[in-house]
Amino acid sequence: MNAEIRTWTPVGTIDDIPRRGARCVKNGDMTIAVFRTVDDQVFALEDKCPHQNGPLSQGIVHDNCVTCPLHNWVISLETGCAQGADEGQTNNFPVRVQDGQVYLDLTFNKSTS
Amino acid sequence: MVNNCDKKRLVVVGNGMAPGRALERLIERAPDSYDITIFNAEPRVNYDRIMLSPVLSGEKSFEEIVIHGDGWYVQNGITLYKGAKVTGIDRIAKTVTAEFVASGSGQAPLQPPISVEYDKLIVATGSSPIIIPVPGHDLPGVLAYRDLDDVNAMLLAAKSKGNAVVIGGGLLGLEAAAGLMEQGMSVTVLHLMPTLMERQLDPAAGHLLQRSLEARGIDVITRANTKAIVGDNKVEAVELDSGQVLPADLVVMAVGIRPNSGLAEAAGLAVNRGIVVDNSMRTDDPEIFALGECAEADGEVFGLVAPLYEMANVVAAQLTGEESKSFKSSATATKLKVTGINLYSAGDFAEGEGREEIVLRDGARGNYRRLVLKDNKIIGIVMYGDTADGAWFFDLLKRDVDVSDMRETLIFGQNYAGGIPLDPGAAVAALPDEAEVCGCNGVCKGDITGAIAGLGLKSLDDVRAHTKASASCGTCTGLVEQILKAQLGDAYNPAVVTPMCGCTDLGHDEVRRLIVAKEIKSLPDVMQQLEWKTSCGCAKCRPALNYYLLATWPGEYEDDNQSRFINERVHANIQKDGTYSVVPRMWGGVTSASELRAIADVVEKFDIPTVKCTGGQRIDMLGVKKEDLLAVWADLNAAGMVSGAAYAKGLRTVKTCVGKDWCRFGTQDSTGLGIKLEKFLWGSWTPAKLKLAVSGCPRNCAEATCKDIGVICVDSGYEIHFGGAAGLDIKGTEVLGNVASEEEAIEVIGALTQLYREQGRYLERIYKWAKRVGTEKIREQILDDRERRVELYERFVYSQKFAQIDPWAERVAGKDAHEFQPMSVATMEAAE
Ligand code: SRM
Ligand SMILES: Cc1cc2nc3c(=O)[nH]c(=O)nc-3n(C[C@H](O)[C@H](O)[C@H](O)COP(=O)(O)OP(=O)(O)OC[C@H]3O[C@@H](n4cnc5c(N)ncnc54)[C@H](O)[C@@H]3O)c2cc1C
Ligand code: SF4
Ligand code: FES
Repeated sequence: MNAEIRTWTPVGTIDDIPRRGARCVKNGDMTIAVFRTVDDQVFALEDKCPHQNGPLSQGIVHDNCVTCPLHNWVISLETGCAQGADEGQTNNFPVRVQDGQVYLDLTFNKSTS
Repeated sequence: MVNNCDKKRLVVVGNGMAPGRALERLIERAPDSYDITIFNAEPRVNYDRIMLSPVLSGEKSFEEIVIHGDGWYVQNGITLYKGAKVTGIDRIAKTVTAEFVASGSGQAPLQPPISVEYDKLIVATGSSPIIIPVPGHDLPGVLAYRDLDDVNAMLLAAKSKGNAVVIGGGLLGLEAAAGLMEQGMSVTVLHLMPTLMERQLDPAAGHLLQRSLEARGIDVITRANTKAIVGDNKVEAVELDSGQVLPADLVVMAVGIRPNSGLAEAAGLAVNRGIVVDNSMRTDDPEIFALGECAEADGEVFGLVAPLYEMANVVAAQLTGEESKSFKSSATATKLKVTGINLYSAGDFAEGEGREEIVLRDGARGNYRRLVLKDNKIIGIVMYGDTADGAWFFDLLKRDVDVSDMRETLIFGQNYAGGIPLDPGAAVAALPDEAEVCGCNGVCKGDITGAIAGLGLKSLDDVRAHTKASASCGTCTGLVEQILKAQLGDAYNPAVVTPMCGCTDLGHDEVRRLIVAKEIKSLPDVMQQLEWKTSCGCAKCRPALNYYLLATWPGEYEDDNQSRFINERVHANIQKDGTYSVVPRMWGGVTSASELRAIADVVEKFDIPTVKCTGGQRIDMLGVKKEDLLAVWADLNAAGMVSGAAYAKGLRTVKTCVGKDWCRFGTQDSTGLGIKLEKFLWGSWTPAKLKLAVSGCPRNCAEATCKDIGVICVDSGYEIHFGGAAGLDIKGTEVLGNVASEEEAIEVIGALTQLYREQGRYLERIYKWAKRVGTEKIREQILDDRERRVELYERFVYSQKFAQIDPWAERVAGKDAHEFQPMSVATMEAAE
């Protein structure tokens, strides 16, 4: 990773997302879950659990993780990686929050770069 | 991850205590290493056969002696075929074939036979009771004592409170006799030999035992040779060689067991008394192990669990490639599990050359002890009455200790060894590490102290889980507790519980107590005041805390939606593809043309792919898109329907049968009562889901006797049941009591629900809560103590004021709108 070339897309305000919760952003066929932690950090993951594609946006958010609603895998919001004994990673996207506006870089997929 | 196809297939024939233990050890050592299939001729899971006697006497229920419930097999990915008897082993093709046992006589089996392939096979077919072929041995009413079916048959026969004759005065026979007596039968024990339990007891102890059985009202006839069992269509009497005739409504034959080796023999494996195995537990076919009572190792067959569990350890080690582990039989001790009678025996106590004995008789207390010594070492122990020193003597025996130095006081036991009386705690502390504490599981004191120190164990349950000590027959529970006390000192708190989750060291009950005591009314406050270790809890503790706060402070606490599992957050059940299912209430299972029409319209309007009747007497619409939920609910609301809470840790369904209005057997208006109950209870949150049913008569068409709470209507009123289960575990309800009117039934059920709401741990169903706190305690508070009942009932009614608001209508009106709409739809320029 060298030069930072980003395409920031505004997706809403931070207040649209409940603390310890998530909202979805539709991007063509893909759904992206945008999470807000208890201390107002924002993260974006593809809304697909690495286990069996469970919608992570519907999970319980705790610390910087989300527990998948289907079979309770715990996924890191920072890396998209499954925690503990489970293995797998979900695509995750860069996020910027400025003046309460949330921007995603939908062209950039951290996990695969 | 191991792929299923790469996994070796392990097939087990028989699901008794021995293979159960072997699989447990195998999974501990190498989870996921085998694809495991078990066939069990008995139509049930693995249970503690040893504890059948307490089930017969009524001290325990079957559920309490289950070792592995259905959930265990599911969790470990094991396929268990119940009621499937293996009829053949093909060692060339490496397959076994099993037939399903028909459930009733004359009925065809439910399923055709199946064959499965194995890479490794374990034969653990146990043994069969010996039936002496006297005339009449096959009459109905003649039973053996081996499995739960025998116990159930005995319990049924005992309902008549008639006469029982037990043939055989050994361990099993006497336990059966004591159990049948507890059930109200008049019992006679027939024993061929001059004294009881002659294989374990010397004549003196045998006499003492006979005296105390007789004192309890059990007749004992020794030197009794059975000539015939007589009766026309069922047993009526037993006739002895002496000419004596004893009336009998039930005959139990407990005269010994014979290893079940027929299947192995037919497969061409070497069989002597049992299936011959080497000390790696392999038969003469290296891919086939034999284990348990069916196996013969070192020319010996075994009938007590301790050596069988040792075999299980060996098989598990061998299966995971640890080939050095081998089986060695060692002395085992015997105890009789009859409440109030203590006896203990081990080793060899026959008289003989060069043997000496030390005897202690304490007539006043009914104690008797005899030690047999050879070359200054203990080789045999018989104790009757006070058996507390059994483990100590047995340890000296097993370790071959030269006892010359303590001979003078030896017989008085450990307290006096060396002349200084010790208190019981000190006596336990003084036991050497090699002393065996739990005979069933072969656990030594050192194993226990090592586990306590190494794993930081704090409670009896911990020790049971990690070492198995006291987890089988339970007679050493006291000793294990002493060890915990000796090692942990004041830190040992018998009531210690496991923490709620990794975020805290506090257990559920402690957290609830503190929420009340400190008047904590919000989630962040709980975490602050109770010193949570994480910033905002986890997916385990947050839903639990949210429930505890809600149940403790009705009307004050504001529900924290973000701490609820998705289903409860959006009031619908998430499906595997991310869509939702919608289940409206159908009060008491009754519906109408207009409700059905509204459902039909919704299904068509929103193109809902599946409509299904649930197991809870209502209709489920599956595959609804999240964005459509609000509109679907709006339409259902308009037709008068509310959320069925099919997603909630709260009231789910109240099933009913048609009852008196239509049914020719109905005694009361079961449908009406069911509807009243559902209308009274709906909306309430409970520790786990709550399901009810009301049946109009004991035919029980609403299946009320496996529900959390059930009502059986009878002529005189309503029989209230609770604590049933028919999910991962299966358990019939307990009867709470009878009431005369619908009003009382509703009051009792409201109070019961409230007590459960206040005491149940999050996710603990009623049957588990009842088992933890005790059915009797619950009955006292709900049925016997009217004042307490009314208090509870009123608290429930109060909390319902804030709970009975239809969540669907609230959301249609705008609540939590963010849940149902995407935040945005990104419109991106094509990426470069
Ligand atoms: C829909 C239904 C099956 C059906 O098509 O009939 C069903 C569906 C589910 N059941 Fe059930 N159960 C349904 C009746 C039952 C019954 C029968 C009954 O209620 O009489 C039982 C046995 C009784 C009992 O509750 O124990 C039952 C015992 C379970 C269990 C085992 C609970 C236990 O403690 O042993 C689970 C798992 C759990 O809760 O952890 C479960 C879990 C589930 C879940 C929630 C699985 C899940 O976690 O996603 C399913 C949700 C599907 C959905 O979205 O609708 N379901 N489930 C039934 C809905 C009844 C209703 O009208 O509300
Ligand atoms: C009432 C009672 C009290 C006891 N008390 C004590 C005690 O206090 N202490 C003690 O140490 N021991 C006690 N025992 C003995 C102890 O229970 C047994 O030694 C032990 O359970 C044997 O375990 P197992 O796995 O070898 O066989 P079992 O537990 O007998 O299991 C064998 C299983 O295999 C099944 N099976 C047989 N053939 C087939 C086939 N072809 N296909 C499929 N399945 C098959 C049978 O249905 C059975 O379920 C007691 C036994 C009884 C009956
Ligand atoms: S509905 Fe119940 S039984 Fe059926 S698959 Fe789901 S959880 Fe299992
Ligand atoms: S799909 Fe997420 S845990 Fe299974």
